[in-house]
Amino acid sequence: MKRIIYREWRIPPARYWSLLGILASVVGIGALAFAYMEHQGHWVTGMSNSVVWGTPHVFAVFLIISASGALNIASIGTVFRKPLYKPLGRLSGLLSAALLMGGLLVLVLDLGRPERLVVAMTTYNFRSIFAWNIFLYTGFMAIVIAYLWSMADRHGEPYNRPIGIVATFWRLALTTGTGAIFGFLVSRQAYDAAILAPMFVVMSFAYGLAIFMLVLMFSFGEEGRPIGDRILCRLKNLLGIFILGVFYFTLVYHLTKLYGAKNHDLVGWLLLDGGIYTFMFWVGWILVGGLMPLGIIYHPVLSKDRSWIAAACALVIVGGLASMYVIIIGSQAFPMQMFPGHTVLESGFFDGVQGAAAAYRPTIPEVLLGLGGVAVALLVTSVGVRVLQFLPESLADDVLPADEEVSAQQPAGAGA
Amino acid sequence: MAKAAVRAGLVAVGLAWVLVAQVVLAADAKTYVVEGSKAAALESCVEPTDVMRRKHMELIKHQRDETVHGGIRTSKHSLAGCVDCHIRYDADHAPTPIHRKDEFCGACHAFAAVNLNCFDCHAAVPKGAGADSASHAAFQAVGVDRSVQARPDGEDH
Amino acid sequence: MGKTTEMKDHHEPTDQAADSRPADSSRRAFMGVAAGVTAAVVAPGVVLHSVTAAPRSEAVAGDVRWGLLIDTAKCADGCSACVDACGRENGLDLQSKPEGAAQAHWDDQKAVWIRKVKLRDNQTGRVTNLPMMCQHCEHPPCVDVCPTGASFKRADGIVMVDRHTCIGCRYCMMACPYKARSFIHEVMEDQLTRVPRGKGCVESCNLCVHRRDFGEASTACVDACREAGHEAIVFGDLKDPESTIRLRLAEMASRQIREDLSLNTGVRYSGI
Repeated sequence: MKRIIYREWRIPPARYWSLLGILASVVGIGALAFAYMEHQGHWVTGMSNSVVWGTPHVFAVFLIISASGALNIASIGTVFRKPLYKPLGRLSGLLSAALLMGGLLVLVLDLGRPERLVVAMTTYNFRSIFAWNIFLYTGFMAIVIAYLWSMADRHGEPYNRPIGIVATFWRLALTTGTGAIFGFLVSRQAYDAAILAPMFVVMSFAYGLAIFMLVLMFSFGEEGRPIGDRILCRLKNLLGIFILGVFYFTLVYHLTKLYGAKNHDLVGWLLLDGGIYTFMFWVGWILVGGLMPLGIIYHPVLSKDRSWIAAACALVIVGGLASMYVIIIGSQAFPMQMFPGHTVLESGFFDGVQGAAAAYRPTIPEVLLGLGGVAVALLVTSVGVRVLQFLPESLADDVLPADEEVSAQQPAGAGA
Repeated sequence: MAKAAVRAGLVAVGLAWVLVAQVVLAADAKTYVVEGSKAAALESCVEPTDVMRRKHMELIKHQRDETVHGGIRTSKHSLAGCVDCHIRYDADHAPTPIHRKDEFCGACHAFAAVNLNCFDCHAAVPKGAGADSASHAAFQAVGVDRSVQARPDGEDH
Repeated sequence: MGKTTEMKDHHEPTDQAADSRPADSSRRAFMGVAAGVTAAVVAPGVVLHSVTAAPRSEAVAGDVRWGLLIDTAKCADGCSACVDACGRENGLDLQSKPEGAAQAHWDDQKAVWIRKVKLRDNQTGRVTNLPMMCQHCEHPPCVDVCPTGASFKRADGIVMVDRHTCIGCRYCMMACPYKARSFIHEVMEDQLTRVPRGKGCVESCNLCVHRRDFGEASTACVDACREAGHEAIVFGDLKDPESTIRLRLAEMASRQIREDLSLNTGVRYSGI
């Protein structure tokens, strides 16, 4: 085992600046989309009084929970004492802060009154999980920065583990809080389920890790830094377990809903005849986001191939966006059950006439705003790794420390 | 070198002073009350003019919380009162929105470069039946009792 | 056009012809007569509200709780008097479709405070008509979830939005079990003085809060329903045992929509 050396990302300037240029243009286009929606009002979006949260929220929530998930790697290293993961801690922290920034930006820029952000920061209603989330998000940012300091600065070393533990609990609280935004809503059948909170935690593990792996493989590949099979295999297997976890919670969520007769209509609609939402669920969430990456990860041959592993990560991300689409938009599109046992024949305000779902079509500005948030996250990450020492020089098998922290108990070092 | 710097500094201070003085003088001398509004015929607003100039936003803000949360409608500091009294009617007796650049609110806010967003939501002209009921208190405060005028149709018995 | 609207508005304004424009005196005189005539026609059997009550000068207190009772048996199929009156009273009819917006989409984007719903019982086939609006819950989910506290319940039980602190996050709309809230999706330029409204904030039925504060007896929808001859909606103080609404509630069975949520709504329905 050698000493881990961290070094700035030194890809050729032409490549670096073109990457930055592309990301900056996506950010710029996102900003224009925001300006357009803010100037015109939300009528130019697909959102309405029936589907009040749309595509921007799909991106925002996805980025926010991924942020929390991306910190996992650092937590495994420090809190669970797996030295193997320690060299990845810095990138994990940076990516986590960057993703959170991107997600929050999208969330804030979709407000009806974004210029009143200061109101949201100064007046609180503590019965609202949303208000708590404001603290969870800003606190998370602060803790991650402290965490990064403790990893990078020698003076921070003694605090590394305590901060890591706080960060781990904080990130669990953050994802629980984000899930609770939906889980606490009694009004809509598809929400009103506490299981959404832990489900979001597991989803964050999977999506955050998938993004982390892609960023890691890309940045190392660009510069020719080696990644050993040992670490990659570990990450890949971890992703597999997280995907299985998402499956489990998805299954339990639907079983819970199916058990009582009052939600049969919802589950039937979502799984069988919900149109785009049924498609998004089966093809996006289950097939692309679950079965296909699992197939790759546990395939005897494909799982050895790095391009396939990268593909699996990309599929998880696509599936993750699909799952957010189903959870956020599908759940709103399904009509609210105000009069159980009755059919709405006519309504002056789209109360699900004859059981019809609310219409929602994403518009281009919404998608661009969401992509802008993704680009912000990647931009922050690329600048971060370029100017500071976030990336280890090598993750080759012989450089990395042992899987387990054995040396503490057995100085002889039987492992590795 | 040091001398030059001092001299330059003095000149800068002098210029700034002239500028500030101009602005203050202009603000003092200029009135934004428009011809053809009720306010033009009155001595002063619901508070002395200098208080209104400096504090109207605080007065309105205080009032707004009382009205929205407490339902109090007798405050003389209501925005509806501002609009009712300061609105200008053109030749066809049509009111001109008060936040326009050359109207009472709009002109001064443009001069002071302060964002004016009350009228994103609030009516910029008195509109709808009962539009002036919120301004009774304001009119009473300035000595124009319009309560007689306000109930002309014999509905109160 | 203005005149006809305002004549119909007879019960809606607080101080009827409170116009101050000098040129209006003849119109006022005409409207005075018109109002008198309307009142004479409408008056029999109707407790005419008085407009003599002064505007409120003290903060609302919890000794009253405003509410509505809706007798669905009297709510007529195809009648939209309450919806139209609400539109006039609260300036909802001043919303205009932005250029380039699709009509169907716009219908779901414009603000609606009260709507008619027609239901059929799946088992028995019985058809019911009713108006839906903010139910003015005692424990409103929209108030619980609002991050800034802009969504609030006034001491007299009216649930409303303080649009000075609303940031437009729409979480209250996610939380409302009655789909009672609307988001303003477009730039507004034509507002009524009594009902401010602007892009990017959420709003909903506030039981004609300006009428409450100026001491009027009922709401626009109640008046319109009565004028249409149905009297399907009763407005009143749920805390006053002698109020009409309480007396009616005492004699007829009523329910809350989504009773399972235990929100103790201020709007009660009979016949559902």
